[in-house]
Amino acid sequence: MKKEEKIALEAHNLTVSYGARPVLWDVDFELPEKKLIGVIGPNGSGKTTLLKTIMGLIEPLSGYVEIYNQNMDDVRNRVSYVPQRESVDWDFPASVLDVVMMGRYTKSGLFGRAGKDDRKMAMNALEQVGMAGFSNRQISKLSGGQQQRVFLARSLAQQADFYLMDEPFAGVDAASERAILDILTGMRDKGKTLLIVHHDLHTAAEFFDYIILLNTRLVAAGPTSEVLTTENLQLAYGAQLTVLSQVADLVKEKDFPVREKGLKDRQQ
Amino acid sequence: MSNFWNDPNAIIVLLGTVLLSMGAAVVGNFTFLRKRALVGDAVAHSVLPGICVAFLISGSKDPIWLMLGAVIAGWISLLVMDFIIRKTRLKADTATGLVLSVFFGLGIFMLTSIQHSGNASQTGLDKFLFGNAASMMERDVYIFAGTAVILLILTLVFYRPFRLVSFNREFAESIGMPVWFYEFLLSTMTVLAVASGIQAVGVVLMAALLITPAAAGRYWTDKLPIMMLLSALFAGISAWGGTWVSFAVPSMPTGPWIIMFLSIIAITSILIAPQRGIVARNRLRRRNESKILRENILKTFYYLGQANRDFKIPRTAQDLLEIRGFSVKELQLGLRLESKIGNLVRNGNGWALSDEGLAESFRIVRLHRLWEMYLNKRLHLKPDHVHQGAEAIEHVITPELEKLLEEELGHPTLDPHQSEIPYLP
Amino acid sequence: MSDSIWIILTGSLVAISCGLLGCFLILRKMAMVGDAISHAVLPGIVIAYLVSGDRVGILPLVGAAAVGLFAAVMIEWLYRKARLQTDASIGITFTWLFAIGVIITSYFSGKIDLDQECILYGEIAYVPLDLIIDSAGNSFGPRPFWILLTVLTLIVGFIIVGYRGLFLTTFDPGFAAALGISTAFWHYSLMGAVSLTTVVSFESVGAVLVVAFLVVLPATAYLLTDDFKRMLVITSILGVTSAIGGYYLALIFDGSIAGAMTIAAGVQFAFALFFSPSKGILINRIKAGDIPSTGSLSRQDFPLGNKQ
Repeated sequence: MKKEEKIALEAHNLTVSYGARPVLWDVDFELPEKKLIGVIGPNGSGKTTLLKTIMGLIEPLSGYVEIYNQNMDDVRNRVSYVPQRESVDWDFPASVLDVVMMGRYTKSGLFGRAGKDDRKMAMNALEQVGMAGFSNRQISKLSGGQQQRVFLARSLAQQADFYLMDEPFAGVDAASERAILDILTGMRDKGKTLLIVHHDLHTAAEFFDYIILLNTRLVAAGPTSEVLTTENLQLAYGAQLTVLSQVADLVKEKDFPVREKGLKDRQQ
Repeated sequence: MSNFWNDPNAIIVLLGTVLLSMGAAVVGNFTFLRKRALVGDAVAHSVLPGICVAFLISGSKDPIWLMLGAVIAGWISLLVMDFIIRKTRLKADTATGLVLSVFFGLGIFMLTSIQHSGNASQTGLDKFLFGNAASMMERDVYIFAGTAVILLILTLVFYRPFRLVSFNREFAESIGMPVWFYEFLLSTMTVLAVASGIQAVGVVLMAALLITPAAAGRYWTDKLPIMMLLSALFAGISAWGGTWVSFAVPSMPTGPWIIMFLSIIAITSILIAPQRGIVARNRLRRRNESKILRENILKTFYYLGQANRDFKIPRTAQDLLEIRGFSVKELQLGLRLESKIGNLVRNGNGWALSDEGLAESFRIVRLHRLWEMYLNKRLHLKPDHVHQGAEAIEHVITPELEKLLEEELGHPTLDPHQSEIPYLP
Repeated sequence: MSDSIWIILTGSLVAISCGLLGCFLILRKMAMVGDAISHAVLPGIVIAYLVSGDRVGILPLVGAAAVGLFAAVMIEWLYRKARLQTDASIGITFTWLFAIGVIITSYFSGKIDLDQECILYGEIAYVPLDLIIDSAGNSFGPRPFWILLTVLTLIVGFIIVGYRGLFLTTFDPGFAAALGISTAFWHYSLMGAVSLTTVVSFESVGAVLVVAFLVVLPATAYLLTDDFKRMLVITSILGVTSAIGGYYLALIFDGSIAGAMTIAAGVQFAFALFFSPSKGILINRIKAGDIPSTGSLSRQDFPLGNKQ
């Protein structure tokens, strides 16, 4: 990373469990601002877990995350999270506008009322994703690509600086994919930082400036051309690390605390 | 207590409740495995209209008729729940609650209508609502016994397919099993168990007869046959207890007391069962924490000695605190524990490593540095990022894993910080 | 006012209170938790009766509602700390508490005016007799009516003030947590509201009807609309029609009014199931080619375990 680039996120030695079994080991990287960053790796490599840990939805067993050199809780108003599309029941009785307005909840307060500005922001966001005409459509009547764009609009309505998205291109038709990518690159050009979990290795090379290659541990992190080497890809998509896997099983079996309380990081 | 055994009525009630409770408990294991406890609850509520219709049609309270009505109504409720989930966007829990309340409401309406109609033979129909074990007759016991025997035989005969279908339905389908047939059987067995069970504990509490014994058994074992035996045992004991209480204190109802004993057994199991119980898990956690503390202390002795290789000279608590941020209290505790084990010996106002302690301290530091090497070489972490991970994992690694690590890394002699990896003292 | 009006009004109040909360419950897939709470509050109610005699004041009712909240906490504890599967956590909790309630009722059966039948289906027919009369002999209407009206007002207030929190945590708890919103707070607030509503409804309509109104009414509304606010309104209307229909059904067959109101709710559901303009099964057969969305189903969802 060049010296002039500021750091948007620092993940330090993150070890995270999923049901008592570690799925992320000592993941450690720094992310520059104003880039389109992809998180790539095979299924089950901990990509979604990483995103959720950064957002504070999961407590890491050890390590920490800093956004703009602060705790997540102190900068939540600058961060937006777009979960996987399947994490929500799209049969829910809500309109497209209802969902996008949720992005304005913390701006106007949870117990506040929606102001005219909020509506304007929401409609603005819908326009950006090309869904302005759908504002009153029920979300159960949307296609996959449209649903993804609604999630994106909700995120845009938050007017954040840092965006974390979990597989925004999954199950999306080619036309919507192009449209979404244009929106994301536009955001990057306006100075936003985007961290995207992506499902497809092949398109990753053309979409992203920066890549995090993950397979329960960090294989590589850096500019796309540097990371996507044959060697790295073999490490990421090749066989599991057997010793690591056995240690993970041991940790789960013995119910071991992987985090030690109150530990100062001293070199020994 | 002697009166209890002399009273033929009490014996009948005891036999009846024990038989139907054990039958329900056995079937309940599959209900538990398939996570259908609440469906069982709905079925229990749904049999009521069937009972009323059977009464109206047959004009009698013959238990065979009534149970037939119950079984049919129970089956219909399962079909309706399935239909709703399949054909609408309503979810499983909604379908369950819906069928439960509507069928039950229908049943209540019919029951009260019958009651108000002044039909003399209807008194006692409401025993299905709350269970009225005390009014059990010999004939009922034969029916319960028969039901329990049928359930047991079916369980034994179809044990393997039932187990596979409950644990791994997709696999069973993929190998061409007639899954629908086994599920049909299981559903029928559940409805049968419910139709007999509610006569002791009533509609609302029936779900407990199905689910609580199995849940309690689960904490003691993960082998299904033992779980089934335990659940039957727990159910039998609770039935006995509930019957005895209602006999000893006449105002007490049998059904709720059976559930009371079952719940107490379940909660006790959850707390004290070895391995899976909460107390056991807490004890394990504390033991882990103690192990970590003691090993960290031994590590600190090593660090103090590594510069001049004078590992065995005595150190004071102050020396140790300078290297690592223990709390004073836990350090004192740890030192005492290690002395008791024999890894440390008291020396003046300090402690020194014994021979065993020295070997142990070497082991811990070796594991720490081996893991640092692993993180560095295989996970490609920078040397200044491997320490914290190793601090935690060094306590987990078994001797087998240690050997694997050494082989994997090619028996390294230095760690990523160029410190020596200690093999032999 | 005539007795029948009071009865229908009381039934409507219960229906609307339970129905509104039920809209959130079914969308959160917590219909059976609602069922569990409605049963679990029994010991609280019985103790409230014991403590204050025939006419239970507000404080003992709140105490009884606390038992419902305790049930919600116990379910969570069993699930998280004891690592017990959700259906068993729910089942064990409510059956144990209900059993305790029945035991206490039986033990003190001479001292309180609460029998087993009343527990299950209430005595709404007697509501008009339970009047508030001041020293001058003026009647202000039945006590349960006023209590229920107060509770309904509180519920409506809760929903209005907490609309965003409830709506968001129901639709997308992950996004809510990412915003820093406490999903636990909204969960327990909702559980507390359900507890309070079940407690005050118990006396008039018993456990049966409470569950029916919590689940059947919102389920029917959900088949009739895609807009949440409209769903709330439709649920309320359906509640009133159930109360009216049920009352007259009970009159004809001389059966339990609570049971009849449940049947009425069920009949409404059946109509919506088959004839809903957008989602009705028969309507869609006629329209041909338009299959209702079933969301994402897992094997566990089917009681008979059958495949799609």
